[in-house]
This record gives sequence, C-alpha cells and structure tokens, in this order.
Amino acid sequence: MSKVRVLVGTRKGAFVLTSDGKREKWEVSGPHFAGWEMYHLKGSPADPNRLYASQTSGWFGQIIQRSDDGGKTWVQPGTPPGEATTPAAGPPKGDSNKFVYDTSTETGKPLTTHQWYDGTQHPWEFKRVWHLEPSLSDPDTVYAGVEDAALFRSKDGGKSWHELSGLRGHGTGPKWQPGAGGMCLHTIVLDPSNPQRMFIAISAAGAFRTDDGGKTWRPINRGLKSQYIPDPEAEVGHCVHRIAMHRSRPGVLFMQKHWDVMRSDNAGDSWQEVSGNLPTDFGFVIDVHAHEPETIYVVPIKSDSEHFPPDGKLRVYRSRKGGNEWEELTKGLPQRDCYVNVLRDAMAVDSLDKCGVYFGTTGGQVYASTDAGDNWAPVVRDLPAVLSVEVQTLP
Amino acid sequence: MIRVILPPHLRGLAHVSGEVELDIKGPATQRSVLDALEARYPMLQGTIRDHITQQRRPFLRFFACEEDLSHELPDALLPDAVASGAEPLLILGAIAGG
Repeated sequence: MSKVRVLVGTRKGAFVLTSDGKREKWEVSGPHFAGWEMYHLKGSPADPNRLYASQTSGWFGQIIQRSDDGGKTWVQPGTPPGEATTPAAGPPKGDSNKFVYDTSTETGKPLTTHQWYDGTQHPWEFKRVWHLEPSLSDPDTVYAGVEDAALFRSKDGGKSWHELSGLRGHGTGPKWQPGAGGMCLHTIVLDPSNPQRMFIAISAAGAFRTDDGGKTWRPINRGLKSQYIPDPEAEVGHCVHRIAMHRSRPGVLFMQKHWDVMRSDNAGDSWQEVSGNLPTDFGFVIDVHAHEPETIYVVPIKSDSEHFPPDGKLRVYRSRKGGNEWEELTKGLPQRDCYVNVLRDAMAVDSLDKCGVYFGTTGGQVYASTDAGDNWAPVVRDLPAVLSVEVQTLP
Repeated sequence: MIRVILPPHLRGLAHVSGEVELDIKGPATQRSVLDALEARYPMLQGTIRDHITQQRRPFLRFFACEEDLSHELPDALLPDAVASGAEPLLILGAIAGG
C-alpha cells in the first residue's frame, strides 16, 4: 500500500508526519533540529529517501542537512558527526554550509549591490536558504534559493554550492529590493519536460526563467500590476509570493502575487489575472491538484497589513477552471476566531487518488484533506509556527 | 588543555553534551581556540565566525573569568586561567528573539 510522508519545517524544528495510503492515522517524528528555524525540507523525486533540509538561525547562520534514510538520521553533507578535518583529505569540511556569491568577471558579472529600502544601493549579503529544490532526475543535484536573492546549485549531494550567477548578473539586479521578509529567492520550479528550463521567483523582484540550464535568465513579469510601482510596465520590482505548475503542462503557470492571483499559458511570457470571486486576492500559497491540471488552490489572506484570514474564517479556495471561478472549502477548518497565516512554502499535494492537499499555519496546525479539499482535518494541532510543508507519496 | 562551553544549539550540532576540551599548539587566543574547535568539530565552521570574514557572528559573545572578551582582537592572548584550563571560555548566544 502507498504511504505518505509530510515534511514540516517550523520556527523551532522539523517534523516528519507519516501515514499509510488511507491517511487516517499519523505518526509524528520530531522535533528534529530542535530550537532551529527549519525553513524548508524536500525529498528527491529520484530517490525519495534522500531529503535535504535548510536549518538556519539568526545567531548561528546557515546549516544544510541531508538524510539518506527518509528522515531517520541526518548529516551535514561531507561532515558526519565526529569526523575530523584534515587538509590532506581534500577541500575543507563545512563547505556544505558555505554560500559564496560569485562576483568573478569570468563566470558572471561583478554585481554586488541591489536596491535598499531607502532607495540607495546595498551590498549583497548572504543570510539564509529559503527553499531547496532537488533535481527531478539526480539525487545529488539540488538547487537552493537564498536571501539575499540568488540561486545556488550543488551537484555533489549538498557538499558544496556554486552560484548560478547569470541570474544576478543579467542586468536588473540593482533594481531588486527586499520586501518585509527580506530579499529572498523563495520559489524554484523545474520543467519536467525540459531540463534546461526552470523558473524562479524573488520578493521583491519578480519571476525569471532560464532556457539554458541556468546560464542566462530573463524576467517574465509582463502583465503583472503592482500598485506600489510607479511604472505599470515595470520589468522587475514585483512581489511574487509563489508559483505552481502541473507537471503534465509545464507551460502553464499559476502565481500568487502579493496581491492578485495570476495565470500564464506561455511559460511566463505573459500573465493574466484570475482572482475572480476570491474574497481577497492577497495570499502566499498556491498549488495544483496532482491529477487535474486546471484545479488549483489558494488560501486568501486579508491584506498585506493584516496577515490572517478574512473574518477569522480559515478557508481554502479551489478553482476547477484554472482560476476566475472559485469555491470556498471550509469543512473541518475553523470558521470563527482564526487569525493564523499560511506562508508561501506551506502547501503541498500528494499524488494518491483521491488527491491529498496539505497546508500548515503559523498557529502550528497542519491540515490535510484526503478528498481534494472537500473535507479537512488537522494532522497535528500544536507545532511551532509552520514555515513549510512538502509531501512525498511513497510506494 | 583549553575548556570551551558551547551554547546549547551548537552542542546539539556538534553532538556533545558537556564542555569541550581542546589541546592548543602555541599561544591560547580566540583564533587558535576556534581553529582547534572547528578542526575537531567541522560542522561548527561558520556558526561562530563568518565563513568568509572570520568575524564573530553578531549575536554571539565570548566570556571568560567574568569578563566580556567579545571585542578583544582574535590574536590577543586569552586570560591565563583559560590557557591553563582552570576556567572555561564561554561562547554565548545573545538573549534575543522568541
């Protein structure tokens, strides 16, 4: 029978939730890395027991963790516990946590500043890894989206990281600026039909696409309207919160922007708003049903100044038509006095039939629906604030 | 022999439960102690000092013998009591956050 493994990152540790295909009874493992902020955990599609995790702290910096047994045990890649460093053995250990911006003239451009809150230029400074995206085909290859915004890649299982500097170097970098959460590269979407193509999103710069495996990039923000940007045709500066794709139609993208839910049918060349009848089109998460590429989910949040559901009612909205027409999903979700948030990496789907949908809240609940959103129940209720939710469907 | 007390998060990361004892070649300084610490526990590289600049991370402090040594130069000698192992070098996380 199939199994489901839910990887939950929280403000104070990571949790692994497992169940069989019925998804009725859950085992909770954790906290792993207790006391640390776990921004994101994700498994390799090519080897489901290979997991990567971003462990971070304002005090102690960035740690990359890897598991090769589905989350039972973890190591820092290249640095197993107790192993001594000897220079003769090769590169220094601890490199798995080292993210160094590429400013060389050979591989990119010596681009070292972006726009600061006051409009002046500010140097790029590494702070943390927001998102880890394992390759679809190679368990040892994984991408990292970081703050300050840049894209890194490891091809050795997380032991060492190298920036894909063409993204920062393509020309608009000096116009990128941080949002309230920092200037983060938080979304990485790989095209399953074309290994050379991927999409990323940055707050607050916008969405970008590469068609040559990350060497060169171009902004894909035509059609986005952001009221805080004076130029309605601005190429960058947009606060994209999340992008989702169905693997059967990699040219169709769905976006939750700061405000507005958007859709592109040409791999991001242009976007149309599909907010339709949503009660508010502010939000963070967006995801696609595993088997129905036109069925999408969002969790509307009241506004950018009030990060909680409208009217104290936690509602998922589902569109079966790729946007514009939305139905509220409330069964099993709190419909009074609920003032949690659902952060951008905190929704995922499984690939069972019926499709399971999962999301976590800043109140520490992880909710699951085993019928594509019709009914919901909490898997856990009292975790630390949830930062990320990923789901693996296992044989 | 130098004794070092790590903050709880780093004890967990290094898989140690109590004080760490280190043998230092040459003078006992912040730099020589941290070099020896990171050699023994490479998973701590970057957690106390920045990977690139080797500067103390902003929310960490160094104390010994009831003195704040955080702003001492990296190659300044540590107190004799620390060098002899009579007193530990404390690495503390600032009290901040939730």
